[in-house]
Amino acid sequence: MSVVRLMCRDMRAALSISYLAMLALVSVFAADIAPYSPTEQNAADLLLLPSTAHLLGTDDLGRDVLSRLIWGAPNSLYATLLAVGVAVLLGVPVGLLIGFVGGWLDTVMSRFIDTLLSFPAIVLAIAVTGALGIGLTNAMLSVGIVFSPGLARLVRAQTLVVRGALYVDAARGFGASPGYIIRRHIAPNAIQPVIVQVTLLLAVGLLAEATLSFLSLGVQPPAASWGGMLARAYNYMEIAPEQMYAPGFAILLTALAFNALGETLRVALDPTMKRR
Amino acid sequence: MNRKLQPLIGRRVLHLLPVIVLATFVVFSLLHLVPGDPAVTLAGDYATPARIAEIRQLYGLDRPFLVQYGVWLGHACLGDLGHSLLSSEDVLQLILHRLPHSALIATCALILSASVGIPLGLAAATRVGSRLDACIGGFVSLGVALPSFWLAMILIGTLSLKLHLFPATGAADLTAAPLDALRHAVLPAVALAFSGVAELARQLRSAMIEVLGSQFVRTLRAKGLSPAAILWRHGLRNVSVTLLTILGLLVNRLFAGAVVIEAVFAVPGIGSLVSYSALNKDFPVVQGVVLVMVVIVISVNLLVDVLNAILDPRVAGP
Repeated sequence: MSVVRLMCRDMRAALSISYLAMLALVSVFAADIAPYSPTEQNAADLLLLPSTAHLLGTDDLGRDVLSRLIWGAPNSLYATLLAVGVAVLLGVPVGLLIGFVGGWLDTVMSRFIDTLLSFPAIVLAIAVTGALGIGLTNAMLSVGIVFSPGLARLVRAQTLVVRGALYVDAARGFGASPGYIIRRHIAPNAIQPVIVQVTLLLAVGLLAEATLSFLSLGVQPPAASWGGMLARAYNYMEIAPEQMYAPGFAILLTALAFNALGETLRVALDPTMKRR
Repeated sequence: MNRKLQPLIGRRVLHLLPVIVLATFVVFSLLHLVPGDPAVTLAGDYATPARIAEIRQLYGLDRPFLVQYGVWLGHACLGDLGHSLLSSEDVLQLILHRLPHSALIATCALILSASVGIPLGLAAATRVGSRLDACIGGFVSLGVALPSFWLAMILIGTLSLKLHLFPATGAADLTAAPLDALRHAVLPAVALAFSGVAELARQLRSAMIEVLGSQFVRTLRAKGLSPAAILWRHGLRNVSVTLLTILGLLVNRLFAGAVVIEAVFAVPGIGSLVSYSALNKDFPVVQGVVLVMVVIVISVNLLVDVLNAILDPRVAGP
């Protein structure tokens, strides 16, 4: 409950949580909120400036920008959660296991993790997407795979700290099984920095989705995505520069909100900060 | 110092060997992530069975996985990364032809990140809690959340298309027209450096706050040393190892960021090459670019390790 109280005290946290809640609602009710269909083309209304009929104007195919922005939200959130979910599912168990077991498994896996971390992340994600097949789900699976070594390393480091604690020795002394010790003692005590890191990863995942969609490797047309909208706006920058602002701000605000939430959680979950 | 450094470099190179071998394994495995038969994918959409069989034989796809890897690694060690499926060009030549454009942008971005990020980090660390610290904190938050390609588009829209200060797209040969090449590199470097500045300022701030709060700095203050002398003579020296490590990590991020920045500015570098090749399933080129990038990153890490050992004798060991 102290986390909720801290968020109530912290203006930045309140703003970011409200924004993300609103985004989640927009994503769920996109079909009801969007004034037009996101894919309906209108040859008579190309690249219109904002007006009462089209609050954010229309794109190069005459589609309503506001409707595409609203329909981009569920795609972006789905993509971000998928990437971070895959990273958690792969990274956390591996980190827990190698941190707990140690020995040659830890040496080999740590070297493998170091190797994967040497790859420029988005480049590896692009290569994996190219291999798995172009599309949003494959792109975000790739991003998740690329994120997982960093998370595994963090979980491993936390596990190493907790593994040496007296209460773990005590549990071992009582004859608890390794599975029980990991589940009951190590995971709950090693998880706090991981929660913070996962929240911060949401922003990186969102930016990765936007980047891959901008490069035509993520969301495929005619489906709406913020990165894809920027890619179309890029083609018409000379005659309709205003096209690039709405999707750009949507990405920026959402990434800022995820980061603010991560920073708030960092302060709230850090026991040394709680005392202050 | 040299007597200490040589074994250190030897140890680090030995330590890196398995990392490089594992990296080549990951790069090679990329092709085998392709669902179904890689030969069918490599042969393209309208390939005849004869062409598929030819591709299978050409890439040795009919042989066991580890044998294929061994052959590929042997060729890669000799500089043979295969041929592009789209243009039939030699992959290494293709990469070497494009690498200078990416290297120029990444170097300019690194210099820009360091020359802006370091003063910002130091300013914030020496004035913790002040209005300046809050402003720098705001800039850092913005820097890490701003999509670099969007910033690139804004820069093109304002500085190129409206004010005509810089070329909007393209690149020039650094050896033939150095000034023109630099003019072309300014906007991509700025767009790429923005998040680097933020990251550097943030990490340097927290590292410097830790150093300035340590016991020996308290002693120096008690001795009556001025804050400026403490910061420049002692603080910066103690934070230099962290700073170098951050700069090393930044190289990795800059190469990653260059992919999308090169696409926006239509720079014919290896970043735009990898995204174009991935879109068109030109796997030998994708593998080649990823391999070259990871070797560069690993080499930079080695350089950072050696420089750290020169700066801090404790790193080199007894």
